[in-house]
Amino acid sequence: MSILVNADTKVIVQGITGGQGRFYALRNRAYGTLVVGGVSPKKAGTDVEGIPVFGSVADAVRETGATATMVIVPAAGAASAVLEAAEAGLELIVAVTEGIPVHDEARFYNQVQRDFPSSRILGPNCPGLLTVGECNIGFIPAEVARPGGPVGIVSRSGTLTYQALSDLGQKGIGVTTCVGIGGDPVPGTSFIDCLSLFEADPDTKAVIMFGEIGGSAEEEAADFIRAKMSKPVVSYIAGVTAPPGKKMGHAGAIVSGSKGTAQAKMEALEAAGVRVATNPTAAGELMAEVVRGL
Amino acid sequence: MDLFEYQGKQLFARYGIPVSAGGVAETVDEAVRAAEAAGYPVVVKAQVQVGGRGKAGGIKLAANADDVRLHAGNILGMDIKGHVVSRVWVEHASDIAEEYYASFTLDRSAKKYLGMLSAQGGIEIETVAEENPDAIARLTIDPVDGLSEPNCRAWVEAAKLNPAATDGAVDILLKLFHAYVDGDADLVEINPLILTPEGKVHALDAKVSLDENARFRHPEWDELVGLEKTDAREFEAAEKGLQYVGLEGNVGVIANGAGLAMATCDIVHEVGGRPANFLDIGGGASAQVMANALEVINNDPSVRSIFINIFGGITKGEEVANGIVQALDQVSIASPIVIRLDGTNAEQGRAILSGYESDRLVSKPTMVEAARTAVEMAEARS
Repeated sequence: MSILVNADTKVIVQGITGGQGRFYALRNRAYGTLVVGGVSPKKAGTDVEGIPVFGSVADAVRETGATATMVIVPAAGAASAVLEAAEAGLELIVAVTEGIPVHDEARFYNQVQRDFPSSRILGPNCPGLLTVGECNIGFIPAEVARPGGPVGIVSRSGTLTYQALSDLGQKGIGVTTCVGIGGDPVPGTSFIDCLSLFEADPDTKAVIMFGEIGGSAEEEAADFIRAKMSKPVVSYIAGVTAPPGKKMGHAGAIVSGSKGTAQAKMEALEAAGVRVATNPTAAGELMAEVVRGL
Repeated sequence: MDLFEYQGKQLFARYGIPVSAGGVAETVDEAVRAAEAAGYPVVVKAQVQVGGRGKAGGIKLAANADDVRLHAGNILGMDIKGHVVSRVWVEHASDIAEEYYASFTLDRSAKKYLGMLSAQGGIEIETVAEENPDAIARLTIDPVDGLSEPNCRAWVEAAKLNPAATDGAVDILLKLFHAYVDGDADLVEINPLILTPEGKVHALDAKVSLDENARFRHPEWDELVGLEKTDAREFEAAEKGLQYVGLEGNVGVIANGAGLAMATCDIVHEVGGRPANFLDIGGGASAQVMANALEVINNDPSVRSIFINIFGGITKGEEVANGIVQALDQVSIASPIVIRLDGTNAEQGRAILSGYESDRLVSKPTMVEAARTAVEMAEARS
């Protein structure tokens, strides 16, 4: 078991004929992901190493039966690509594109919520998600991960998900699903969404949650963990040394006034019973202890 | 990108929001000319991106040219909380009957827009929110629907402004919302929004932060570039398109991904060192980007060692390695480099670097070991 995607998930790639789209479509396919098609309006009818290219998402869905998409198009075209995917009925829209204007994100998120409630957006500006040994959509380097659980991973930062997978892999600890929710101000899928799915997944017995400064998503997750989670959670919050008022790379990672500090988030999580580490590697060590105790 | 008040007012004026006649000045003579054009009395206002400039003496009323000379002379060059004033904005002074507050921003929890309006303007909204939260009328706006005139009017009425201000406030708020969305701002704020004794509503200040991600559809933003020079290192990094934040330590940090870059600063701190900066080379960085990053770090005189922490997903290990090699060829790097390289194509990257390893370029397998080594090297060279 896993969350969101598995070995049967059929995936299309919007933007498959671009340099990065091609690289990751092929890499995800090589991992075993069912990459059944791609979309590129100007190159319909061609193929990318055997992956058929369609002119629209609707065509691709009709011909392949795909239920998920990776949106890997330039930022200026991302909003229309996400909406096209939702209109075509895709259940999971993994928007890895970075640099999307925040007003575009706010509009497409709310429009999909209202008009296409059965579609879920992951991202944007996220590394995608990986169900180890089954399905990889996005950039996550899956070679370092071991399959089968018992740990689920959710993170705002992409590179920290890789770090967690690598640390757990070296300790011989397996992972069910690893989800990068992205560092933008309007993430389509939240920590709480993922925690709730992990809580319901029988093969996930414990969860690593990597947060970062800015916003209040970690505090909201802490409330959820306290009220609804029976499974142990280990966390790390990046940005302890971040000065207030400066965006730390991610559009969402900024300490405004007294709000959004790493300290406040760590305290909220600890108060909810979460074991909070001071660096990502230490989080892996804490999780190893938790797994031994399961 | 935060705008200065005068830039914010220029933006507001383009969207039809009433602002005072005025001009920007970098010298006393220019200030006098701006004052003559605006008409006396005028207000001379320091242009800095930090609050509390009034208290610091950065806002002065001037009745004539001699006053303007005196005040502009004092304010230009003034240091306000570390921000040196290089420009003043000189505008016609307004008579004020009442002061209000208005803003639009994103409510990240609700994932919708949030409008805030208060009859208690002129002071920091955080203070109002703490001491008298009921004095702020909040309006949640669905980004798909936008702000309608009837909703805006009901919001203004809920804020209990002077009834004489209602029509003017509705008009300004609709225009301000348009500036927020169409102008691709993260924040638009007017504090104070004033009602004059004649019953006119008017923006007396302007705080605007623009969304850098929307630059591709705003060619007019190019003229705003290069105005903020609070940190020379940040200026150089911005020119090279790098995500850089200057800090106060001596371990230069380069990482890929904002989360890992923050974690790298954190771990340097945790093992007893101090990061000199946050630098995220981003996803899919090329060799040239890595070379640029090394150059920026190398130009920082406080740096004593350089910690490169790369976990490749979309960033490929051999590109990182080639960038380091390229930088070593192009410039003489003053500080020793510790690199930790993992993830996509990391083995290829490590193979490229192995030919260059020395006491000036050390490779470590984990973040913690790399951080310790970088901190030790920095201490040894301090």
